[in-house]
Amino acid sequence: MNLLLIILIPLLTAVAALLSRNKQQVRWVSLAGSAAQLVLAFMLLFAFQNERVGGNNIQMLFEQNYSLFPAWHINIHLGVDGISVAMILLTAFVVVAGVLVSWNIEKMTKEFYFLLILLTLGAYGFFISLDLFILFFFLEIAVIPKYLLIGIWGSGKKEYSANKLALMLMGGSALVLVGILGLYFSSGHSFDLLSLSKLNIPVETQRIIFPLLFVGFGVFTALFPFHTWVPDGHSSAPTAGSMFLAGISMKLGGYGCLRVATYILPEGAKEYSTLIIVLASIAILYGAFATMMQKDLKYINAYSSISHCGFVLLGIGMLTKTAFTGAVMQMVSHGLMTALFFAVIGMIYERTHTRQVSEMGGLMKVMPFITTVFFIVGLCSLGLPGLSGFIAEMTVFMGSWENTDMFHRIATIIACMSIVVTAVYILRAVGQVAMGPLKESFSGLTDATWNERMAAAILLIGILAIGIIPRWLNDLIRPASEIIMNKIGAK
Amino acid sequence: MKSELMITLIIFILLFIKLSKGMKNESLLLLIQFVLLGNFILGFSFNKEGSLFGDMFYNTEMIVFQKNILILGAYLISLLCADWLKKTPHLPEFFMLMLSALLGMFFMISSGNLLMFYLSLELASIPVAAMANFDLDKKRSSEGAMKMILSSAFSSGILLFGISLIYGATGTISFAALPSQLDGSSFQVLAFIFLFAAFAFKLSIVPFHFWTADVYEGSPVAATSFLSVISKGSIAFVFISALYNVFQPLHNVWYTMLVILSIATMVIGNLFALRQQNIKRFLAFSSIAQVGFILVGMSSNDNAGITSVVYFILIYVFSNLAAFGVASVIAEKTGIEDIDDYKGLYKTNPFLSWILTLALFSLAGIPPTAGFFGKLFLITAGAGKANYGFIIVVALNLIISLYYYLRIVRAMFMDKNEQPVEKININPVTKFGLILCAVGVVLVGFLSWIYDYIQFLIKS
Repeated sequence: MNLLLIILIPLLTAVAALLSRNKQQVRWVSLAGSAAQLVLAFMLLFAFQNERVGGNNIQMLFEQNYSLFPAWHINIHLGVDGISVAMILLTAFVVVAGVLVSWNIEKMTKEFYFLLILLTLGAYGFFISLDLFILFFFLEIAVIPKYLLIGIWGSGKKEYSANKLALMLMGGSALVLVGILGLYFSSGHSFDLLSLSKLNIPVETQRIIFPLLFVGFGVFTALFPFHTWVPDGHSSAPTAGSMFLAGISMKLGGYGCLRVATYILPEGAKEYSTLIIVLASIAILYGAFATMMQKDLKYINAYSSISHCGFVLLGIGMLTKTAFTGAVMQMVSHGLMTALFFAVIGMIYERTHTRQVSEMGGLMKVMPFITTVFFIVGLCSLGLPGLSGFIAEMTVFMGSWENTDMFHRIATIIACMSIVVTAVYILRAVGQVAMGPLKESFSGLTDATWNERMAAAILLIGILAIGIIPRWLNDLIRPASEIIMNKIGAK
Repeated sequence: MKSELMITLIIFILLFIKLSKGMKNESLLLLIQFVLLGNFILGFSFNKEGSLFGDMFYNTEMIVFQKNILILGAYLISLLCADWLKKTPHLPEFFMLMLSALLGMFFMISSGNLLMFYLSLELASIPVAAMANFDLDKKRSSEGAMKMILSSAFSSGILLFGISLIYGATGTISFAALPSQLDGSSFQVLAFIFLFAAFAFKLSIVPFHFWTADVYEGSPVAATSFLSVISKGSIAFVFISALYNVFQPLHNVWYTMLVILSIATMVIGNLFALRQQNIKRFLAFSSIAQVGFILVGMSSNDNAGITSVVYFILIYVFSNLAAFGVASVIAEKTGIEDIDDYKGLYKTNPFLSWILTLALFSLAGIPPTAGFFGKLFLITAGAGKANYGFIIVVALNLIISLYYYLRIVRAMFMDKNEQPVEKININPVTKFGLILCAVGVVLVGFLSWIYDYIQFLIKS
């Protein structure tokens, strides 16, 4: 299983999209490329499982190491463990769905698909990098496509949102850069993640570098109070853009927090865990309550993403094996769920030309498929058993409860309470949109087209697979998170 | 002396062409481009190391590489500004001036003592002032040239004063003998500061930068490109060699100066660039900010510093020339220099918009362009001194600079315009030049052997 393929295939797809002659060619080329990547992701999963079942317990599998800049000890070091494989699968699912949902974009189709695929290239590279410089490279590669996608194809105050997003994410990257340089110099000039994790970095250094890295990556995951780019950014983006931003880009931050910050700097993680839990809890509650006030569907989902990504940070902050596993599961589950949510909102918007909940109603009558999917996604968001949201949140709660002291227990209880708030805003939004009287102007609307059905189906399969048979995801992630948590000496 | 002799040969060829019947501009320009390309290719062979004229002139492989970067820049300028060059009535004179300045820069990089350095610096500056005046019918061109020559003369005066003080303090003007004579006494530090001020003027370091924006705005784009890329590049090469080799004993003094001036340069450059409306002034302030980044790399005082600075200047040649090239094409064909008039450029001129976007992202330091690697290496080199407050300020400046580069990208791609720039038929030669720059911007970052090669050159 050659990991270079994971970077090569999106690159070729992007170039092929750029060289296509007409819009149809661009679309089919992009679909073929992202579908091939999905097949590759499954092959990676099976190859990975085979190795593990066969007794290969090395932490990172399929490692490859090529020297790039020997003077700076920068190597193209690739490798995957369970967490990376899960994230690559997530990305592949969301990308195929995103390509399908954007089928009818007419304005500058070629450039749109080129930028979208380039964006995914950044994500794939990020998840398989084991060298901090290359990791940073892939993190930054996404800046241009994000800016252009929101600014050109977005809606609402798109230029403002694109600017805000690009600059705030750049700010996060700047902090990550300083943190990475700190690691480079305090470790005797090494960018290599695995070697860094084996070093014993002094606690004083960790105290300085950990917040830089965690906050830097946290900006990507809507760490409170750096979450302000999320509502405008997600809502102004085109549908596929929002799917990718909320579904994958926010997980880049979570992955960075756990792979770079927590893994390499365990003592720093322990010192700051209280603060992380506090900030995560604020994000969860604030996100939930802020969502209740929203009247625009996309803003509802954006603030809800802040709340759900708070669970990821909470799981990381709790520092137990189960909570950590739960955090990763929440990344996968929320990624699929929010991508589907944005896809459905996009479908509704394309037909009704409004995102205001109050202006919609009774859509069940004209768009049964779309509204049913809408229902399912809403139920996933509030954690209905049988869907992935329940599994992920339950794991986080169980892991958090393992900490017996008052502070952690109270934080867990507060997080659980947010589910009630989630239920309120989800049921209200879904109910108002789907049921009730149908407006005259909406009576001629059509249901989902073939590409939209396929996109929804792909994401639903993912959500159900995790919700009904969570075992495979747990077995995939748990060994990897145990290795990370063992370093901290966690339960 | 091979590169210098070749340039002198070309100047004489131009002189003879001018004195005889003269050639039409189109064919002359083609000839010049051809000759410059040949010069660049030949630059890699027949190089000898050693010193001449006592130790006034010396040559090493690193110096040869640096000269080649400058020749490449001159060749790209001749390609990119072809439209303006064809129309100017005094084409041979322009290139004679440019090549004389280039000759001065070559001697400056190869200089072995302060007198040679001063002579070649003058040779490098005076023709540029004349080049700045080349739009003979425009008042602002003369104004820019006037400002250039006056400030240049003033800084040369200060330089001379500093040189005489150094001679008084140490008893020698030879670069090889100076380090052993320097002991950090206040008199020597004073002399050094005057010398430093002269370099700072040429590099447009704040607070010696006031001439930059007006001169860049007034001069024809070919002169501006030359000033911003080649002049700055050559001075940066000499500066780093002077600091690391000659003034190494005063290391503590110049480290603090570099840190403070670097922060000032980046911040002022960034803040002023935010407010500019004219594309040439905008690029002037962006160049000032780039110099601030170069100083970060320079402050590291080790091999990583030299390598990252040379590497960055190579990348900077490609990115800045691409940006100026696009501005030149648009200014020449339509007379538009205002950023507001660039709105909607993508609809009518997608090729130009993409090239400018690539160039601006490379200047901002965004992957996958080479500018990312260049800037990252500069910052990593500078971080070697563990001055973390400094590095945080540098990282924050990355964000500010991204903002103003995004302004232009936004204008081109996202803003609407009733009267966008009309479709421009780009001269194929210029198109070739722009594509060359774009390829350079994208590829140089991934051709990591270039960086290793530069590192290897330091040993020699």
